[in-house]
Amino acid sequence: MSLRAPLGRVLGLGTAKDGTDHWWGQRISAVALVLLGLWFAVSLVVLPSLEHHIAVEFIGTPLNSVLLSLLCVTTAYHSYLGVQVVVEDYVHAAGLRITSLILSRFAHVFVAVVSVYAILKIGLAA
Amino acid sequence: MSNTERPLSPHLSIYRWPITMTLSILHRATGVAMSIGLIVLAAWLANAAAGPEAYDRFAAMMATPIGRVVLIGWSFSFSYHLANGIRHLVWDTGRGFEKRQANASAWFVLIVAIVVTGAFWMVLA
Repeated sequence: MSLRAPLGRVLGLGTAKDGTDHWWGQRISAVALVLLGLWFAVSLVVLPSLEHHIAVEFIGTPLNSVLLSLLCVTTAYHSYLGVQVVVEDYVHAAGLRITSLILSRFAHVFVAVVSVYAILKIGLAA
Repeated sequence: MSNTERPLSPHLSIYRWPITMTLSILHRATGVAMSIGLIVLAAWLANAAAGPEAYDRFAAMMATPIGRVVLIGWSFSFSYHLANGIRHLVWDTGRGFEKRQANASAWFVLIVAIVVTGAFWMVLA
């Protein structure tokens, strides 16, 4: 049984039903990034050097390509959520806030696509 | 209309600055730094894909003093945000909120981040 007034339901007032989505998205991507981040840091340290042919060989190995793509996409997602909170905290003018959020989303998707494209280009050429 | 005469609750400037507050703002700062730093990671991948000449130009840029500062800042932000992020995930389970625990984990995270960053550059060098 709902205690809500019919008028409120018609006007679409009330919860948007996604109140905890942002929180969960940030935490789950954080857990994934603990694993992916540690893997990436250890991989860099283990590489004999970061010269071009060594970097390309590392990036192009199938498992590395997959994990690197996951790292880039998950990082961009986690980063977008974080920047969103920062913008919402500090940017008070409504127009500037929504503009910043849209630009941030474009930038994050762009960076993620550039990274994955580069990884695929290397991986598929090998 | 806001009443400017009403009493305000004490804000940040009233309290003696505890170490946990430093870590809190550092988490946000390192997060934002890495959001911008994401461009460096993408540039590394893109230049690796573009070929040896482009890659060497990128590597040379990163070897300049400014490039080094960026990379060291990047690696510190990474270790710090990772260590403190785990601290946050533990908090999310409801543990570690006692004042003494929070202070101890704060110092622990800070020291781990500095040591890991130092060790990382020692191994690379």
